[in-house]
Amino acid sequence: MSQLVDEAIKSVTSEPVKYSSKDFQSDQDVRWCPGCGDYSILAQTQRILPDLGVPRHKMVFVSGIGCSSRFPYYMKTYGFHSIHGRATAIASGLKLARPDLTVWVVTGDGDGMSIGGNHFIHLLRRNIDIKVLLFNNQIYGLTKGQYSPTSEKGKITKSTPFGSLDYPFNPAALALGSSASFVARTLDRDPKHMQAVLKRAAEHKGTSFVEIYQNCNVFNDGAFFRFTEKDTKDDNVVFIEHGKPLVFGKEHNKGIRLNGFTPEVVSLADGKYSVNDLLVHNETDTTLSFILADMTYKSHLPRPVGIFLANDRPCYDEEMTKQIETARQKRGDGDMKKLLNSGETWVIN
Amino acid sequence: MAEKPTQTLDEVTIRFAGDSGDGMQLTGTQFTNTTALLGNDLSTLPDYPAEIRAPQGTLFGVSGFQIHFGSKEIHTPGDQCDVLVAMNSAALKVNLGSLVDGGAVIANSDGFNDRNLKLAGYASNPLKDGSLEKYRVFEVDITKLTALALQDLNLSSKIVDRSKNFFALGMMYWMYNRPIDSTVNWLTKKFGSKPEIAEANVRVLKAGWNYGETTEIFAVRYQVGPAKLPPGKYRNITGNQATAWGLMAAAKKAKLDLFLGSYPITPASDILHELAIYKQFGVKTFQAEDEIAGITSAIGASYGGALGTTTTSGPGLALKSEALGLAVMVELPLVCVNVQRGGPSTGLPTKTEQADLFQALFGRNGEAPIPVLAASTPADCFDTVFEASRIALKYMTPVIFLSDGYLGNGSEPWLIPDFDKLPDISPTFRTNPEGFLPYMRNEATLARPWAIPGTPGLEHRIGGLEKQNITGNVSYDPVNHETMVKLRTEKVERIANEIPPIDVDGEKDGELVVIGWGSTYGAIRSAVTKTRERGKKVSQIHLRYLNPMPKNLGDVLSKFKNVLVPEMNLGQLSGVLRMRYLVPTIPLDKVQGLPFKAVEIEKKIAEILKG
Repeated sequence: MSQLVDEAIKSVTSEPVKYSSKDFQSDQDVRWCPGCGDYSILAQTQRILPDLGVPRHKMVFVSGIGCSSRFPYYMKTYGFHSIHGRATAIASGLKLARPDLTVWVVTGDGDGMSIGGNHFIHLLRRNIDIKVLLFNNQIYGLTKGQYSPTSEKGKITKSTPFGSLDYPFNPAALALGSSASFVARTLDRDPKHMQAVLKRAAEHKGTSFVEIYQNCNVFNDGAFFRFTEKDTKDDNVVFIEHGKPLVFGKEHNKGIRLNGFTPEVVSLADGKYSVNDLLVHNETDTTLSFILADMTYKSHLPRPVGIFLANDRPCYDEEMTKQIETARQKRGDGDMKKLLNSGETWVIN
Repeated sequence: MAEKPTQTLDEVTIRFAGDSGDGMQLTGTQFTNTTALLGNDLSTLPDYPAEIRAPQGTLFGVSGFQIHFGSKEIHTPGDQCDVLVAMNSAALKVNLGSLVDGGAVIANSDGFNDRNLKLAGYASNPLKDGSLEKYRVFEVDITKLTALALQDLNLSSKIVDRSKNFFALGMMYWMYNRPIDSTVNWLTKKFGSKPEIAEANVRVLKAGWNYGETTEIFAVRYQVGPAKLPPGKYRNITGNQATAWGLMAAAKKAKLDLFLGSYPITPASDILHELAIYKQFGVKTFQAEDEIAGITSAIGASYGGALGTTTTSGPGLALKSEALGLAVMVELPLVCVNVQRGGPSTGLPTKTEQADLFQALFGRNGEAPIPVLAASTPADCFDTVFEASRIALKYMTPVIFLSDGYLGNGSEPWLIPDFDKLPDISPTFRTNPEGFLPYMRNEATLARPWAIPGTPGLEHRIGGLEKQNITGNVSYDPVNHETMVKLRTEKVERIANEIPPIDVDGEKDGELVVIGWGSTYGAIRSAVTKTRERGKKVSQIHLRYLNPMPKNLGDVLSKFKNVLVPEMNLGQLSGVLRMRYLVPTIPLDKVQGLPFKAVEIEKKIAEILKG
């Protein structure tokens, strides 16, 4: 950070504030459709931010284009509503220039997986300390209802009247394949779970990726109801928790067991298997994280929700700072005058 | 043996040509450095293929390096060469057209074996069949002489073969009376960890020099005295290096960190390479995943209070268009460097062109005005990119800086500037929360405040949607949109209030003014000088500021009967001048991937002046 920036941000004194969620609400009217899942995500984010111990003026929310990307306008932090797909790249530059800031990216399945897919995977492999929230509603909402890269194959939309031919991305698996260090999935209609996941994402050092299943009640209503509604949720979702066996079902009577490398559903009711036979989640095990993420589109398996992976890996931003510090120690502070006069020179009188 | 006679020349052009793996660029660069140290004025033109190691001996694999040096002012790399060093038959075939009648060919005879001749498409050996009658041909078996010089060192044939360019360099050093020390020092340093390679190359260099001294085929050697350049301390510099240093100097004088987001692309990559070295200056270079991430990461860095910059060439600028529009909308400083190359599409990656002027001026959706500046010589890249940075910071705007392949890779002696005398261009960050609104404006410049994240009380949101005037809130109001479009345009136009009025070289009115921009400066300068030497009157204008243009430009042009605009495109500046000033310009276009020859412009001038 340059001296000028340092002076500027220190010139105004600010006392540590005990924030409430209200302190993170901007004066702008929230303009998502009534009933949109985005409201819940905004509320849960505003709820967990006060607990992070980071002053509001040190936080920046960067977004791209799409319904989700309106998010920064509603946050009383610094915010940048940028262009389609590029939020991750803008955030990367910002975090590298200003490692002192806490940088969040808000994106969607179109913004992050389609037009911004390239920046997304490269951010993850670099592991720059940025928190990415991907609102996945499996549809293009802002452009009024075309299929998205996470829509199920065969989806009938305005742009696919005969059914889409695209096989969907599995964002968690894509993130893991990009060597992400933190990968999680949560649900718009499970505020407690979302808060817990967001908090962990915020605390993680490195790129955190959180896929949030979000209902678009206008163009794709009910896409996730199987996983979010009371009567179907328990049998269709397995909540993965570090150190705990994978148990699910209304009566907690089903579990996931590994048969070789293949997960399978076993019953805990018929005496053949007990909890001790079940797969126990270890969120630092990259191999296991791939197996769990791969359960996602398998109809005979429950949908995994929770933290797939939380691993420590060096952050690009820290290493960049270190390279600069090392160079300064070794060669001294750069002297422009000296540089201009270095190398082979000659004098004309 | 008696000393050979020495003939004095006031200028010489030499072209080194060989396979792309023959080290011709290196040979040329070494000759250039040594020549610069002797105080000659000079200008260079590297001319190499896009392929890294094209098949040996083929015409498309030929790599060339031309240097024009002299004891007088040198403005171009030379229209034609006086000496052609041809390492093989293909190099001769490709470059013979640029050799003056009566010029010298120094040919590596081993490169003219049957296989090489066939690859180059020669039915018979041009060294033997009399087809080179109008030139002076010197056959030297460079390959064999190099091998002989190294025979007791037990080196691999590959290393021996790779050294032969130093034999050619040694001969040329002898022929033009240049010392070998500088190259010897360079070799020793470069191959510090491989002393056997350093020794081999030094030995071959000396062998080449000694060969010139002893062989009977060279009867004379030449002397080119130092040029009368303004007094001071000089170094040689390429346009890309000058651009990198100019950006660093600007960041230092702005008291900001320099951030470069860039994706490798010919011929701009050397700026990234150069900046990546200077970690101790706090320079942050980020090799992004693509051109778009290059510019958007730079915008992110600028948002955070750094001097955000991105470097690219034509196709990359196309990819950055949308992000440039974002920078216009959010009104953040940004310097976008475009080292132009032949287009469209992938075009001619290693060749030069000026065909991105329209792209720089107009290539965005919506009304998206961006200041555009162009450098005129390699060393001028330093001053021009510094000025581009100053404007970006003062007016809170993206600025496009245009260079091109010829400037980027070309070099010239540079009077090293006094860093202390460069102006302070440090911005003032907004820190006072009292009355702060993100789109309030400075009365004089119309710049909005730069309020960086981390400043308590200034939390605000910016973005690519249209802004409500002053508050910066999202606004779809029709009248507000027009207000904002006009404000952004006026902000850029106001830059003209402080840029210097255009200065005419020569008469302020008359029959003809030649106006150019960018790298055509040298060729135009030479053509104008030669025309004046013939007793004719012709004036010259060269533009650094392409948007906004100097305020007096329209008036100045109206004083001339004819306005000639030589450009390496199909008349882009010419079109802009017609549009802005309604002047009947005469375009002179060249789009061959090569710079103008002075004579091409001189001819056109003569045509207009009728003699």
